[in-house]
Amino acid sequence: MIQINPTNIRVWSLLGQNSALGNALLEIAKENEKIVAITSDLAKSSGLDRFGKLFPNRLINTGIAEQNMLGIAAAFANEDFIPFAISFAAFSVLRACEPTRHFMGYMQRNVKLIGLGSGFAMGVFGNTHYCREDIAIIRAIPGIAIISPADCTELVKAMEASAEYTGPVYIRLTGIMNNPVVYKKNYNFEIGRAITLKQGTDITIIATGSMVYNSLLASEILEKEGISATVMDMHTIKPLDRKIIENEISSSKLIVTVEEHSKTGGLGGAIAEYLCSVQHHPVLLRLGMEDQFQPAGDYHYMLGQNELLPEQIASNVRQKFLSLK
Amino acid sequence: MMTGNGSITRCEEAATRMRINVLRLALLAGSKGAHLGGCLSVIEILAVLYCGIMHIKPGNPKWKSRDRFILSKGQGSLAQYTALEASGIISEEELFTYGQNGGLLPCASSIYPDLGIEYSNGSLGLGLTYATGLALASKKTGNPYNVYVLLGDGECNEGSVWEPAMSAPHFKLSNLTAIVDLNSLQSDGKTCDVLNVQLENMWKGFGWEVIIVDGHDVAQLLDVFRRSAIEGKPRVVIARTIKGKGVSFMENNNEWHHKCLPEELFDAAMAEISGKTKRHDTN
Repeated sequence: MIQINPTNIRVWSLLGQNSALGNALLEIAKENEKIVAITSDLAKSSGLDRFGKLFPNRLINTGIAEQNMLGIAAAFANEDFIPFAISFAAFSVLRACEPTRHFMGYMQRNVKLIGLGSGFAMGVFGNTHYCREDIAIIRAIPGIAIISPADCTELVKAMEASAEYTGPVYIRLTGIMNNPVVYKKNYNFEIGRAITLKQGTDITIIATGSMVYNSLLASEILEKEGISATVMDMHTIKPLDRKIIENEISSSKLIVTVEEHSKTGGLGGAIAEYLCSVQHHPVLLRLGMEDQFQPAGDYHYMLGQNELLPEQIASNVRQKFLSLK
Repeated sequence: MMTGNGSITRCEEAATRMRINVLRLALLAGSKGAHLGGCLSVIEILAVLYCGIMHIKPGNPKWKSRDRFILSKGQGSLAQYTALEASGIISEEELFTYGQNGGLLPCASSIYPDLGIEYSNGSLGLGLTYATGLALASKKTGNPYNVYVLLGDGECNEGSVWEPAMSAPHFKLSNLTAIVDLNSLQSDGKTCDVLNVQLENMWKGFGWEVIIVDGHDVAQLLDVFRRSAIEGKPRVVIARTIKGKGVSFMENNNEWHHKCLPEELFDAAMAEISGKTKRHDTN
């Protein structure tokens, strides 16, 4: 088990999720010889330098060839390794979409696929590097769990849990360096079990990845205005924790989903699909990336353009909430 | 390199049995049809691998040190099933479940280690990457198996073939043998008309040892597969074959890429191959 202490939490947060990943994988690999890292020329970007030095035999670089990364990872899983296949989300999931479906979905090889720098994390690299579709795509493929950690500590917990979990997992990394801290101390993380971070009485905000922290800040703004919000960390988008939502349906006047992903097919889509099956449910407000390619900019600029900054989330929620009365 | 030690006769007998079974099963498939052309072109390759070369234990298809075979060209699935039967991994009864709705032996094979099926095919261009990974994993674990992967020549149009084609020489995978079924036809016609490429030069340029053989010559295939690999190099066996081999009206006739086999043509085909073997009793 990796130590969850204030120093580690601070260091991981400074590094951001991409580099924290490499650190965590190194620690997990020290305790489990079956762990291998397979990357398509992104060992440095994912903090695997030390991993490569300590375990040169367990770091495989395919060059810039994401499809081959998936095939090789699947074969290693077949031979009882636990491969973590690591590339930018836009290329892991989009370029290698069919190998992902084939090897992880259809063939059910025990691959842990990592999507670095999803959402707008790639900033000035622009639209080819943004990943707004990964949750939607993987969600449509049978048999792959999807985790989007709220902060670096949750990433570490998710990595440990995924290594233990038998079956394909996609882990979506969001945010940049100085990744805000949601979890200040150790806690119980379980794949498929969402976490209620704050209990409110009026509305329910269900967030994932980087938007968990922004939703907490938004809820504080709303609190001051007399709107009491429950905030949930839906770190696992598939399988969706229906039970925890079920509990909110009767007590909440508005359900809000917040994600750094397209409004189409992501967390909001998953919750909408679930709510459709319930006879009486609150109105659903889905916040996320707009359904269009926009002029590129840095991370905070792009969040702002898509109204995903805390005050913008609060404002949109307030407007919707007041319109219900 | 450890290999199986089946004789020329054993492999030739297996090839005849497999060809007959391919036809019997194509007949049974009725209007669903079968990939007859591309199955008949790989019969000797599969017969030699399963009955002459690969280290396998028919009674224990999951034996850890078995040689791994990946059928990347999904059109050869039916032929692979007949090879599994000829080598004793599956029974004749199991073989004749081919193509049943929801069955274990579908038109494009689906991974099922208990029946010796290592890989799910159907989507072209994904087998070589998996085979490369298996060969690399063997180097990491020291579990000394060889990996064989069979591709179609048309399949080599897929860009995803060439990513692992770069990797395998880089990782010095001398335990990896790719076989290209060079039957010179693909769905839309002659490979040279659809996409004219210099396969031999391409594989060489990527760093592979390239061996060209007659893909229907059992003795030659046995000889080539038994040769030691060049230290640190994967090899590709480019097997010149005839699509539809063994049945005169199917040979080099691309109409038989995927087609139903009516009874009268079945009888004519069987007469050419065996002259006397009876149809499988469908009752």
